Amino acid sequence: MSSPLRERRSPRRRNLVSGLLFGIGLAAFVDEVIFHQLLQWHHFYDRSTTSVGLFSDGLFHAFGWFAVVAGLFLFADLRRWHETLLKRWTGGVLLGAGVFQLYDGTVQHKLMGLHQIRYEVDLLVYDTVWNVIAVLLIVAGAFLTYRTRTAVPRESTAPADA
Amino acid sequence: MHNHGSAFPVESLFFIPAVVALVAYWAGARSPRSGRWPWYRTAFFTLGVAAVLVTVLNPLAELAHRDFAVLSFSHLLAGMLSPLLLVLSRPFTLALRTLDVFPARRLSRVLRSRFARFLSFPVTAALLNTGGMILMFRTGLLQAMQESMPVHWLVTFHLLAAGYLFTASIVGRDPSPHRAGYRLRAIVLVLSIAAHNILAKGIYADPPPGIPAAAAETGALVMYYGGGILELVLIVLLCRQWYASVRPRGKVASAIHPQ
Repeated sequence: MSSPLRERRSPRRRNLVSGLLFGIGLAAFVDEVIFHQLLQWHHFYDRSTTSVGLFSDGLFHAFGWFAVVAGLFLFADLRRWHETLLKRWTGGVLLGAGVFQLYDGTVQHKLMGLHQIRYEVDLLVYDTVWNVIAVLLIVAGAFLTYRTRTAVPRESTAPADA
Repeated sequence: MHNHGSAFPVESLFFIPAVVALVAYWAGARSPRSGRWPWYRTAFFTLGVAAVLVTVLNPLAELAHRDFAVLSFSHLLAGMLSPLLLVLSRPFTLALRTLDVFPARRLSRVLRSRFARFLSFPVTAALLNTGGMILMFRTGLLQAMQESMPVHWLVTFHLLAAGYLFTASIVGRDPSPHRAGYRLRAIVLVLSIAAHNILAKGIYADPPPGIPAAAAETGALVMYYGGGILELVLIVLLCRQWYASVRPRGKVASAIHPQ
C-alpha cells in the first residue's frame, strides 16, 4: 500500500481546489433553491430548450451537487491536517461561484436559451445585474487568490511545499 | 388484463426468494463467525428486500400500471433505494465470513473472475444502469410493461440488478479486487446523475408513448427530485470513503514529520 502522505499536494493548491468546488456548488445550490424553488422565477423546464442546453443543464446540476459535497470534505481534510488557508479558500469560493454564475448567465441563458432569469419582464436589468455580480465575484476571487499565491499554513503537520 | 381477483395472486410467489434471502442473511448475521455483525446492516438488508418486494406486489404494482407517477416512484424503490440499502448491508462480506471454507472459496473465485471484474467496472455498471433506464422510457418497453406483468417483473429485476451493480461499483464496501480509483468513480457518478437529470426533463417535455402529459410531468418531477436525494447520498458516501482513506495515521505522520 502506498502511503497517501507522500501523494499530498501543496496546501495552497488544495485550499484553492476545495474553495473552487464549494463555490461552484454554492452557486448551483443558490440557483436551484432560491430562483427555481422559492421565487420560481426560473422554470423546471420551459420546453424551448435545445438538446445541447438540456445536456449542459443536466451535467452542471449534477456537478454542482458533487462539487458542494466534495468541496466540504476537502475542507474538512485541510482542517484535519492543519493546512487551512482561509483567505485562499475564500478566494476559491468567490472565483468558483462567479465563474459558474457567469457561465449560467451568458452561455446557458443567452447562447443556449436554456431558460431566462424571469419571464414576462424586461430582461435587460436582470441579465445585467446577474452578470455584473458574477464578474465582481470573479474579480474579488482572483484578487484574493493572487494575494495568497505564496501563503503557507501556520502550523502544518503535512510536508512543506516543494 | 389480469385476473387480480383470484384467490392466489401469483405475485405471492415473490415472497419465496425474498424470505430465503432474508433467512440466509439473518442466519449469517447471528452466526458467531460474523464477528458482531452490526444490527444496522441487518436492518438495511431487510429494508432493501422489502423495498423491492413492494414494487411487484399489490397494491403498488397495480397502481403503477395506472399512474405514471406511482410507476416512477416504484422505479426509485427498485432501482435506487433497494440497491443502496443492499449494498450498505455488505452481503458478500457476510457470506465470505460465515460460509464454510469451500463455498466461501468458490464465491471468492467468482468475485475475482474476469467477468465479475468487467461487470463491476464503474463504466460497464453505469452503462447497464443508465442504458436500461433509457430503453424503458424511450422504446415500447414501457407499454409492454403495462400490458404484461411478467415484463414488469423482468424489468424490475433488471432495475434491481443493474442498480446494485452500479451502486456497488461506486460506493460498495464489499471485497472487490481491482476497485476503481476515486477519480473515475466520481466522474462516472456525476455523468450518471446528469443522464438521470436529462432523462427526467426529457420525459417532462416529451411524454413516453401512452402517457398523458400531466402524468408525465408529475412522474418526471418524482424521478428528478426523488432521484436527486438518493444521488446526494451516493455523493456523500463516496466522499466519506475518500475522507477516511486519506486520514492521518498517528504513527506514520509523526515519523515523517517530527514536530
